[in-house]
Amino acid sequence: MTKEQIRASVLEIIGQIIPDEDLSNLKGDVPIREQVELDSMDFLDIVMELRKRYGIEVPESDYGQLATLDGSVAYLGPRMKNL
Amino acid sequence: MTPSQPNESRIVITGVGLTAPNGDNLSEFRKSLLTGKSGIQRLSMRYIGDVLAGLCHFDPAKYQKKKELRLGTRAGSIAIYCAHEAMADAMLDLTHLDRSRIGVYLGITEHGTVETENEVYEIKQFDYDVKYWSHHHNPRVVANNPAGEVTLSMGITGPHYTLGAACAGGNIGLIQGLQMLVLNEVDLALAGGVSESTGSFGIFAGFKSEGALAFHPDPEKASRPFDRDRNGVVVSEGGCVFVVERLSDALRRGARIYGEVVGYGVNSDASDFIFPNKERQIQCIRLALDKAGISPQDIDIINTHGTGTVEGDQVECQAIEAVFGEHPHACMNNTKSFIGHAMGAAGALELAGNLPSFEDHVVHPTINLDHLDPRCNLGSLVVNEPKKIDKADYILNNSFGMLGINSVVIVKRFEK
Repeated sequence: MTKEQIRASVLEIIGQIIPDEDLSNLKGDVPIREQVELDSMDFLDIVMELRKRYGIEVPESDYGQLATLDGSVAYLGPRMKNL
Repeated sequence: MTPSQPNESRIVITGVGLTAPNGDNLSEFRKSLLTGKSGIQRLSMRYIGDVLAGLCHFDPAKYQKKKELRLGTRAGSIAIYCAHEAMADAMLDLTHLDRSRIGVYLGITEHGTVETENEVYEIKQFDYDVKYWSHHHNPRVVANNPAGEVTLSMGITGPHYTLGAACAGGNIGLIQGLQMLVLNEVDLALAGGVSESTGSFGIFAGFKSEGALAFHPDPEKASRPFDRDRNGVVVSEGGCVFVVERLSDALRRGARIYGEVVGYGVNSDASDFIFPNKERQIQCIRLALDKAGISPQDIDIINTHGTGTVEGDQVECQAIEAVFGEHPHACMNNTKSFIGHAMGAAGALELAGNLPSFEDHVVHPTINLDHLDPRCNLGSLVVNEPKKIDKADYILNNSFGMLGINSVVIVKRFEK
């Protein structure tokens, strides 16, 4: 997957997890939780969706790298490049 | 619970919120009951195929955000819808109430079955690897979930819990609300029952294995209590929540009063997992009459529990005959013939559908009764068409459940 595809996929997952939120103006370099209502259980949902859709395991020690959209794309890039 | 008691210990119903397969508020529901409108349809169910079921059609988004719907349960949604509707019907505004003095008491037949089945089905595609099991599972399946979701939705900080009482749950929820008001534990109760059982293949399969799952080429004809050709239960979802308060409070705020809960009885068969017990049902009905301080002749309408099983229908009729005689003054009817068996919601829904009789003096019928089972021939069944009556002062509502839990509620027309 390309970086654009990964970004779109992450956004789609977030949109599914918090369907009432408007994600159209989500800034890539600002923590997602500072821009939309996303709690710790929602974050676990994102991790679960990555596991279910792409078989990607995100260890708890890496959760911080998914704090922003840009960080998520950078972190997932190498793990999703062959998908 | 008689007029001789102080108004502080007399408990009245001042709001009704409901969803049934044939109506999403009392007015719609009542209209369906008076015009013979069923709510039973075909449902494709995993592992079983087509079954017949009663499904509700309320708009869950009316009171819930999309995320709340994603996180919560169907029973939670039903409860939230009914609770908000009941408060609106009672003309109560939460912002003006002490929410720490409101209690939520909901009867359930079961809870968690649907969510567990769904989760097991979901991880099947991952070869049952439990690392795919949802972290939302536990809050969804805890037994208090439907009542708890109501408190989350309405910001209620008083007590909330469900009452597991099989198919007597709806009555038991109402009784619990009454008791907590009498004990002065709360000032307002949201009480009734809910069911999401149509989401569970296991509930259908269980009745089928028992030989008690109704089938009929015409879904609307499938639920036929007291009919010779009945063949079992139609499983339905639904909910009914009453606003219940002390008469003194209701009068103070000029509330519309649907009726006063003047009697109730709850007991246990202690005899079988499934089969009913006539003697205990008789005892339960008499408990309620005694508590109300009235005689069988005072009852004008008996809403039967009858589910459409041979044993259940016949035993209930025997119990009614033992208390009320072969030709009771009271008219008997049955709501399940319209909406199927709404399980934990049944008792509350069936009571609600009869409350308008206090005003219109009409008894809704039992439908789908083409060939009356001679062992259910009490002579006072209202068959297929509504019946006008001269007096509607007392309604008695039967609800019985598996493991031998019996409940009877008596509501009296309120007169200032």
